[in-house]
Amino acid sequence: MSVVAAQGLKKTYGPHTVVDGLDLTLAAGTCHGLLGPNGAGKTTTLKMLLGLIAPEAGDIRVLDLPVPSLARQARLRIGVVPQMDNLDPDFTVAENLLAYGRYFGLKDNEIKQRIPALLEFAGLASRADTRIQTLSGGMKRRLTLARALVNDPDVLFLDEPTTGLDPQARHVIWQGLRKLLSQGKTILLTTHFMDEAERLCNELTVIDHGKAIARGSPRELIANLIEPDVLEIYCEEASGWGQEQAARLCDRYEQAGETLFCYTRNPAPALETLAGQCALRYLHRPANLEDVFLKLTGRELRD
Amino acid sequence: MFTFALPRFSLRFVPVWRRNFLVWKKLAIPSMLGNLADPMFYMLGLGFGLGSLLPDVGGMPYLTFLGAGTVAYSTMNSATFETLYSGFSRMHVQKTWEAILNTPLELDDVLVGEWLWAASKSVLSGLAILAVIWALGLQADWALTLWIIPLAFVIGLCFSGMGLVMTSISPNYDFFLYYFTLAITPMVLLCGVFYPVSQLPPLLQTISAWLPLSHAVELARPIIRGAIPSNWAFHIFSLLAWGFAGFWLALGLTRRRLLQ
Repeated sequence: MSVVAAQGLKKTYGPHTVVDGLDLTLAAGTCHGLLGPNGAGKTTTLKMLLGLIAPEAGDIRVLDLPVPSLARQARLRIGVVPQMDNLDPDFTVAENLLAYGRYFGLKDNEIKQRIPALLEFAGLASRADTRIQTLSGGMKRRLTLARALVNDPDVLFLDEPTTGLDPQARHVIWQGLRKLLSQGKTILLTTHFMDEAERLCNELTVIDHGKAIARGSPRELIANLIEPDVLEIYCEEASGWGQEQAARLCDRYEQAGETLFCYTRNPAPALETLAGQCALRYLHRPANLEDVFLKLTGRELRD
Repeated sequence: MFTFALPRFSLRFVPVWRRNFLVWKKLAIPSMLGNLADPMFYMLGLGFGLGSLLPDVGGMPYLTFLGAGTVAYSTMNSATFETLYSGFSRMHVQKTWEAILNTPLELDDVLVGEWLWAASKSVLSGLAILAVIWALGLQADWALTLWIIPLAFVIGLCFSGMGLVMTSISPNYDFFLYYFTLAITPMVLLCGVFYPVSQLPPLLQTISAWLPLSHAVELARPIIRGAIPSNWAFHIFSLLAWGFAGFWLALGLTRRRLLQ
């Protein structure tokens, strides 16, 4: 059964088409990543799936309920981690969970029974009575994730859950998300961290300008859309080397500032040439999801 | 959904009201002081200071006259501050409303909760002034003054409905100054809080009759003086009409702001 099934979603703001005929299907128990540069339409898509914004065209079913017409019933079984923290700053950790649980129509003692396990999950067991202002960014994020679980949802929508966190805090969040997947929850994750998508997601949809431009598992995307080997060459002479050698020795190359990215199916000839050029600092690595993403969406800034 | 569709009322607003109540409980003492001290000092300072220089005003001692006006005025202030400053914090700064919208509640529920919460809070302001009136023995008929309590709720609905309109279009806190300068201050000075409206030139009297605070004063003053207000049904209807119209407009504007 698909937990989310959306077809032909469309939303425009004035002259800008933010979401343009997007299809999205989430299989139960999987983690689906929605990747795209800033302004690609990720957050708008999530809001449409929640029934907060009505699409101009398209059909949405979430947990077999039509959205937006029965969005309230759908939201009863969805947990949301928004992009920006919006915890209640006047409340303690536990009060945040209590107030939020009430919005789902839960009774106070029901919520209070759930709070210890939620705090345990978030690694905040000793912090129940701490005020929000004194929590670190990572703790706030974990509490926001715990808050999204207060209604024991079947599906979670996570909008850039680890943006702004340090590596330690990101790894803790990832462990939590894996635990939720192992419990059978379905996750829809937007991110622009490729390592996050590669580690967590079974399935990815890359969107740009509101359209899906690639779909598949992280491995499939890397195998199908990009040359397997990458040489990164850093220095002033890289550009000259690129024009003379990379064009001949590699399948494809791109210049970004003083760095040359060479993509190839057979790195041996290029590596041989580079070995004789000690002035050139270089890195040889397998292609990853970020290479796919940059190939699909380009290197220009999106502000 | 049509932006200015009628509000959908349901009991789902209750957890929103309780959320605000929980915050208020934690901050009750500074919040009460801020809300209540100011009107009380006006009433006592002007009432005794100016009152000693004046003969009866509107057929009663000036302190009584001003006390009745202050009930209406402090109730209005409380509803206005709650929906403007606190409401804007919750909507725009803390994004509390957005957090709630991700749950099974709808924007209509959030705004109904805010509306009724601000009206509830203004009952407290009305009660505090009423307590001062009781303490000074200014009332004529103690039992009749209990009507001040439901009246404070109605005044609260009126001015929190209007206040939510300002919140829904405000880009920042500074914007609220316009509302105070152009709406609240003129009402305080033209609607008979400090002196009888009959002292004003005819044009200002006409304007005054159209302002919602006048209805509140026309109800509060007879109640304190021990009489059933004349035209009470009309005044109550007017206060509720202002409140509901404001609420409806605010809901539409907030739908446009947050749900598109």
